[in-house]
Amino acid sequence: MRLNSDRALALALLVPSIAATAVFVYGFIGWTVWVSLSRWHGLLPDFTWVGLANYAELFRNPRFHIDVRNTVVFTAFLLGACMSLGLGLALLLDRGVRGESLFRSLFFFPMAISFIVTGVAWRWLLAPGDVATGRITGVNVILARLGLPHLKWYTDHTVLFIQPDGPLGQLLGRLGLEALTGPLFGVPVAMLSIVIAATWQMSGFVMALYLAGLRGFPEELREAARIDGAGEWQIYRYVVLPFLRPITLSALIILGHVSLKIFDLVAAMSKRGPGFATDVPAYFMFETTFHGDRFAQGAAIAIVMLVTVSVLIVPYLAYTMRKETGG
Amino acid sequence: MSRKAIVAAVVVVVVIAAVWIYRSAQMRAPVPTPAAAKLEIFSWWTTGGEEAGLLKMFDIFREQNPGVEIINATVAGGAGFEAKPALKARMLGGDPPDSFQVHMGRELTDTWVITGFMEALDDLFKQEGWEGVFPPGVLALLKHEGSYYSVPVNIHRSNVLWYNTQVFSANMWTPPATFDEFFALAEKMKAKGIAPLALGDVGIWASVHLFEVVMAGALGPEKYNGLWNGSTSWSGPEVKRALDIMARMLMYVNPDHSALSWDQANALVIQGKAGMTIMGDWVDADNLAKGFKESGWAPPPGTRGTFVALSDTFGLPKKSPHPTQAMAWLKLAGSKAGQEAFNPVKGSICARSDCDPGLFGPYLKTAMQDWARDTIVPSLAHGAAASETWVALINDVITAFVTDRDVAKAQAALAKACVDAKVCK
Amino acid sequence: MRGLRRIGRILVYTGLAGAGAFYLLPVYVLVITGLKSYAEAGLGQMWQLPLSPSLESFRQAYERLAPYFANSLTLTVPAALLSSLVGSVNGYVLSKWRFRGSDLLFTLILFGMFIPYQSILIPLVYTLQRVNMVAAGLGIPGWLAWAIPGYGTITGLAFVHVVYGIPITTLIFRNYYATVPDDLMDAAKIDGAGLLGIYRKVLFPISMPAFAVVLIWQFTSIWNEFLFAVVLTQNPAVRPVTVALYNLAGSYIVEWNVQMAGALLAAAPTLLVYIFLGRYFLRGLLAGALKG
Repeated sequence: MRLNSDRALALALLVPSIAATAVFVYGFIGWTVWVSLSRWHGLLPDFTWVGLANYAELFRNPRFHIDVRNTVVFTAFLLGACMSLGLGLALLLDRGVRGESLFRSLFFFPMAISFIVTGVAWRWLLAPGDVATGRITGVNVILARLGLPHLKWYTDHTVLFIQPDGPLGQLLGRLGLEALTGPLFGVPVAMLSIVIAATWQMSGFVMALYLAGLRGFPEELREAARIDGAGEWQIYRYVVLPFLRPITLSALIILGHVSLKIFDLVAAMSKRGPGFATDVPAYFMFETTFHGDRFAQGAAIAIVMLVTVSVLIVPYLAYTMRKETGG
Repeated sequence: MSRKAIVAAVVVVVVIAAVWIYRSAQMRAPVPTPAAAKLEIFSWWTTGGEEAGLLKMFDIFREQNPGVEIINATVAGGAGFEAKPALKARMLGGDPPDSFQVHMGRELTDTWVITGFMEALDDLFKQEGWEGVFPPGVLALLKHEGSYYSVPVNIHRSNVLWYNTQVFSANMWTPPATFDEFFALAEKMKAKGIAPLALGDVGIWASVHLFEVVMAGALGPEKYNGLWNGSTSWSGPEVKRALDIMARMLMYVNPDHSALSWDQANALVIQGKAGMTIMGDWVDADNLAKGFKESGWAPPPGTRGTFVALSDTFGLPKKSPHPTQAMAWLKLAGSKAGQEAFNPVKGSICARSDCDPGLFGPYLKTAMQDWARDTIVPSLAHGAAASETWVALINDVITAFVTDRDVAKAQAALAKACVDAKVCK
Repeated sequence: MRGLRRIGRILVYTGLAGAGAFYLLPVYVLVITGLKSYAEAGLGQMWQLPLSPSLESFRQAYERLAPYFANSLTLTVPAALLSSLVGSVNGYVLSKWRFRGSDLLFTLILFGMFIPYQSILIPLVYTLQRVNMVAAGLGIPGWLAWAIPGYGTITGLAFVHVVYGIPITTLIFRNYYATVPDDLMDAAKIDGAGLLGIYRKVLFPISMPAFAVVLIWQFTSIWNEFLFAVVLTQNPAVRPVTVALYNLAGSYIVEWNVQMAGALLAAAPTLLVYIFLGRYFLRGLLAGALKG
């Protein structure tokens, strides 16, 4: 009897959270989908059904194409930089260095800071100045002193892409993939400045995750591998890294969904950037909705963002759920 | 964790919770309470002369309405680029300020009046006799379906070319009156190691501002006006010529323009590192604030006799929590005393035509003369000529154009923007 | 061999020092610029030490940000406490009182953590506005008004943070409680304890590491959050410090020294939390509380 009433109580305790999730997550997503299928432009709601017109309009918009490219570039570079820096620092710290806790806090503290502060600081650090009139500012001062070239950082509108007449471009052309040789499949240089700022902020988190993982690494495994005659490098390659795989997955998921949604950092640092070089869907959505008053179009952008994140997250959630229920 | 730590934690939590409840209870309740004597004014006037001018008006308001607490709700950022989204969120959330700054023209009518957020102010206009003191062109832009909806406090001119007279006289340069002269001068500046045209478009509006000034110069006032009602074609040769000129101008701007704000661009002119900047006449107040007295000004190429105008106005939102105080504020904003206190400090001219020129500095005196005799056309970048939806679309076109300078692509996109804004067919 | 080892050591420390320099670079610039006067704080002299260091910029920044600090504090502390309480209860039920479909339910809740909040923003504004209207219609007395989680109120923003904090807090607690052996519970059950009794006597007392992680996590993320704050709380009476700093940074006559000082001040509370309590957070991570 007791057990049954406890079961009921257990469910009752969950009800507020279930209700909140149902309304504020799923209900609101449904509502936004509905808005995205409407004609709501201007401050007053207008739920006249227009089908997928807003999506069609969005997919035709060159700004959106650029945003998709920017997001892919940002995500790829951020993941690459954070994972390698985070793992590298964790491995260094795990070797039992003096002052470990100091270094750990040093690498980890940017996590505590808001993207707004990070953006304000890095916007200034990477302000480029103008080399032609000798007005050099920010990090470029240091580069100039080291004899390195002047960089334009987040004001650089250059997009690096595969030239169609280059060797690689010709090869792609022969494979029928000449579509890949346009600037839409390139790397906007300005975006890399945002990547630097975001890496500064997020890599310490990856370091902490890996360090936690390394601390849980059973020494016996290392010993066993040593007895089998494995060198240090091989131990890392074949024993430690596979052991860390679940952490790598978690870190990728966390970083990935942050980078797909990035907004504050871009808003504080460079906004849309020269020729949309640092524009991202979240910023596009904000401008479309609150500058341009095009609510239905803004909702469509938000839903496309949601679908993109879901493509990454839903398989992950399904995988973890199955793993847990299975064993 | 030790017992002591837990006790300490609980104490901290209780104290903070108590403070929170106390503060929240004091805070303006979300439920409308009987109007206390308060006045909340929303604007983007946060620094320099604009803030000083606003505070002067507040002083007069306090004298006239003793005991009213003024809440100065500002959101910083040039041209209200950050303030406008903030205001929209508040209005949609049902949390309007008592009165807010809004640009005269389509920004006022299309965003706020047609959607039914504003109270009509016809009685106030009649009572104060404002139909006699504001110029007819301004009155027309404040009206929608026969009613007035906001009170203009000033007039700014968008088309001004600013330069450093010391640099110009040392090199025996004169401000260019035509585009050909502009490009000839730009070449000379470049040869001297000076960036010819300073631009600071971290918020994209500054390049749209440049675009509107180029269009006014290339098309002339009549054709320029036609752009906003569809009678001048966006696909025609005039717009193409304007884009060609703009593309050429962009070759002479400072390369870090997308990292700078307009005032940082103006600082380059002050320091002699850039030759000219094309920006609205709020530069005058910036120059005064920075102690720069060698400033020179001229109409940009092709716009002598044309005054591209914008006006900051205040209106009354329907759900204004303190309408009585808001009405008193609007009365002050439109009054001679209010405008004469505000404008000389803010660096703009009065919207009224009866202000005393003796109160104004040298630049503003010339602006008052031009205002009286020039052809007035509305500003695009500052909300007078086009709806915010349309401006946002043009912003996107110009963002791409500033880097790729692809005239054909930009012109096609501009034509499409006019259709999307439901002005062109 | 020893020589090689030594070179290895040197490389390790060089790597760490190089990385340390990268992480400290912005802090260095923030601090020295904050100590400068307006005249000294130009883009060109960014790296030079201040000629006559003064705390004037900090004073100015504090003056401008102080009310918003109070707003952030009254927002963050109760929201973090409440959301960790909710998370603890949810985590307890979902790990120790599992029922058919509880894993699916948990996964559905967890999804809310990953959504881009843009996809719920427009309905959120309208719903919170509706809350205010309903509250006005019900004639809520003035002294209770603070409790209405409506648009443009700190309570409303706190409520939003608690709601969208449910997934992460539930996740952390559920994973933490999952590591508690069921035997402990069974012993309490034999003693006649029910669902609440077990929570109070067995699980809550050993939950401190998880509470530390969740509280620190929620405190920093709510303090630093921008999108909800910029849309829901623009009224200066309720504006949190991130929005105020963004506003300060948008100011057109750019007083860099004040901005940098303001940025440091805005970051100070969360930085202090990390410096003094960071080890609990990391220890919690180490204990697998945030296994992902």
